[in-house]
Amino acid sequence: MATSARDPQLKFEPWKDPDAQPYVRIERVTKKFGDFVAVHDVSLDIYKKEIFCLLGASGCGKTTLLRMLAGFERPTTGRIFIDGVDMTALPPYERPVNMMFQSYALFPHMTVEQNVAFGLKQDRVPKAELTKRVGDMLELVKLGQFSKRKPHQLSGGQRQRVALARALVKKPKLLLLDEPLAALDKKLREHTQFELINIQETLGVTFIVVTHDQEEAMTLSSRIGLMNHGEIVQVGTPTDIYEYPNSRFVAEFIGSVNTFEGRLVEDEPSYVRIEADDLERPIYVDHGVSSAPGATVWAAIRPEKMHMSREKPQGSDNWTLATVRDIAYMGDLSIYLLRLPSGKIVRVTQPNVYRRADERVTWEEQVYLHWDATSPVVVTK
Amino acid sequence: MSGPGAVSLGQRINFWIEDSLGAIVRSPVGTRLRRWGVTGRTLVTSVPYFWLLLFFLIPFVIVLKISFSHAAIAMPPYEPLLHWASDKVVMVKLNLGNFAFLIEDNLYWKSYLNSIMVAGVSTLLCLLIGYPMAYAMARSNASTRNVLLLLAVLPFFTSFLLRVYAWIGLLKNNGLVNNALMAMGVIDEPIQMLQTDFAVYIGMVYSYLPFMVLPLYSNLEKMDLTLLEAAADLGCRPWEAFFKVTLPLSIPGIVAGCLLVFIPAVGEFVIPSLLGDPGMLMIGKVLWTEFFNNRDWPVASAVAIALLLFLVLPIMYLDRAQNAAAERAEGG
Repeated sequence: MATSARDPQLKFEPWKDPDAQPYVRIERVTKKFGDFVAVHDVSLDIYKKEIFCLLGASGCGKTTLLRMLAGFERPTTGRIFIDGVDMTALPPYERPVNMMFQSYALFPHMTVEQNVAFGLKQDRVPKAELTKRVGDMLELVKLGQFSKRKPHQLSGGQRQRVALARALVKKPKLLLLDEPLAALDKKLREHTQFELINIQETLGVTFIVVTHDQEEAMTLSSRIGLMNHGEIVQVGTPTDIYEYPNSRFVAEFIGSVNTFEGRLVEDEPSYVRIEADDLERPIYVDHGVSSAPGATVWAAIRPEKMHMSREKPQGSDNWTLATVRDIAYMGDLSIYLLRLPSGKIVRVTQPNVYRRADERVTWEEQVYLHWDATSPVVVTK
Repeated sequence: MSGPGAVSLGQRINFWIEDSLGAIVRSPVGTRLRRWGVTGRTLVTSVPYFWLLLFFLIPFVIVLKISFSHAAIAMPPYEPLLHWASDKVVMVKLNLGNFAFLIEDNLYWKSYLNSIMVAGVSTLLCLLIGYPMAYAMARSNASTRNVLLLLAVLPFFTSFLLRVYAWIGLLKNNGLVNNALMAMGVIDEPIQMLQTDFAVYIGMVYSYLPFMVLPLYSNLEKMDLTLLEAAADLGCRPWEAFFKVTLPLSIPGIVAGCLLVFIPAVGEFVIPSLLGDPGMLMIGKVLWTEFFNNRDWPVASAVAIALLLFLVLPIMYLDRAQNAAAERAEGG
């Protein structure tokens, strides 16, 4: 899983600063369509210059939330502030917000240039300034030479950039992107992700991105808001969400994970011991968990944090015997599916550091599976 | 109108034709046909061409032939173009006099121009009334839309002639409209509506409105509504979005609707003769008079040919403009 492309020297974490004013404030917003609750009591603070990703499966309410920010839907209850101004009842054409549509929604009867100039003409920007801003924007998205083309004469990637230019040229306070990369093929998508981040950093516009693609959310965003059934289940940086999921849902939604259901048998402030049904030996975790002793908990361990070895590990915790059932060779890494004595299938990934196949663990081999005390995440729901 | 799974009657007929023609092609006769480059596909596509040849081109050539002949008191009432002059010599006698007559007598000019004017105004009225109707239909929800669509086509369930006659009953001096207005005390004596241009326009707009609404509807219904959201997002109020996005994108529908109304309206005979002033000059009426009253088939044919030329040239131009617009609106 790649981390954000942001410069690590510049710590950009306004959400940790108690004095920082949120730029976009979503206050207890609920949206109902008839009896169906699309968005349920969502509150969110988003800071200036963030790339905030709303991530979730289809139908989780993320697009509805985005459309309420754009003004296409009005919240049933709750309020939306942008830069301190209440936007809840404002129609889309009066909001300092622009949207990049999933289908791009380029005007087919206009050239690239006319598409990009559309919003500025609407604002009665003087001719000279308009020409300059449109030209600059087309340069920025590298479409200068295509300005006289019609949308149907462009490739998918070019259309995507026209849509981006058209939304950005108005210098919106907030840019909303609905699945911005979904229509592009994999290679182009990776390239465009980084381009998108560069443009965002150049212009300093706050982005809110809706996506169902976790990899896209991981690479693009400063923070992710993970949604499920119309509610925000966790907000955090990509690392927070991946390494410190607050529930089984989050742990299982992002990446792959092996979850072991069990009970707390030792519950100390500095460590816990969990007896899992599928393991003969307990799981030892080197931090405390706030839960009643004897309560059911889940220990989640990422596949890359489990290791296979041919020698028996030391100690009495955090290991088990397992048999290799399946191997998927991916080039840079391999995915191993192992069966525990209880019958549970566990997923392990290992980088292919050796070129020769005979060095690696092979089918039906019995190995010891072990992990560090820092690796498991214990969740209570 | 119909879901992807449903097969319309027209499609079913097409499948049936393809099937039966396919059977011919696969038969031993077909093997020979295929050697000549005849496949099921070419047979199917040739059906409309055959239709046009039989019911358009051949009659057109006959009319063209008559338009170049001399009138005669005979059966049929014109002289043949070709005749044997003597041994092995065929004389072709082309009489251009009929066309010259059309130019000399300004009755024809006036009728042509008046017909085009009446048809033009009717087309414009149909557009002004039909566009909002089509728009409302295209933007209503699926179930209402089907009802509205049925209502738009409903007049076709009754004969066109009967519907025009019904307007006489409504518009005449002691007709429904005048009686109602008098009963309400709006007027004291009946307004002369029948046998006026007003009545002709009513009849024209009423009869041809569906031909405007249907192509416009099918165009507007296909429009991607996120384009309107995009326009609103970029600062357009709803009416601005209409003029900047919806209207330009509906030009192919407007052109198609206008052609479907204008072409038959120019040659219209029934409506002006039933509802209009008897003195109203319409080319359709002139043609009728020449043909049935004067029994001058050659002049009547020349009138028809000239009308065709008058219509075909601008329509070919419009058609080209429409294709260009369609090309512009393509994709996206």
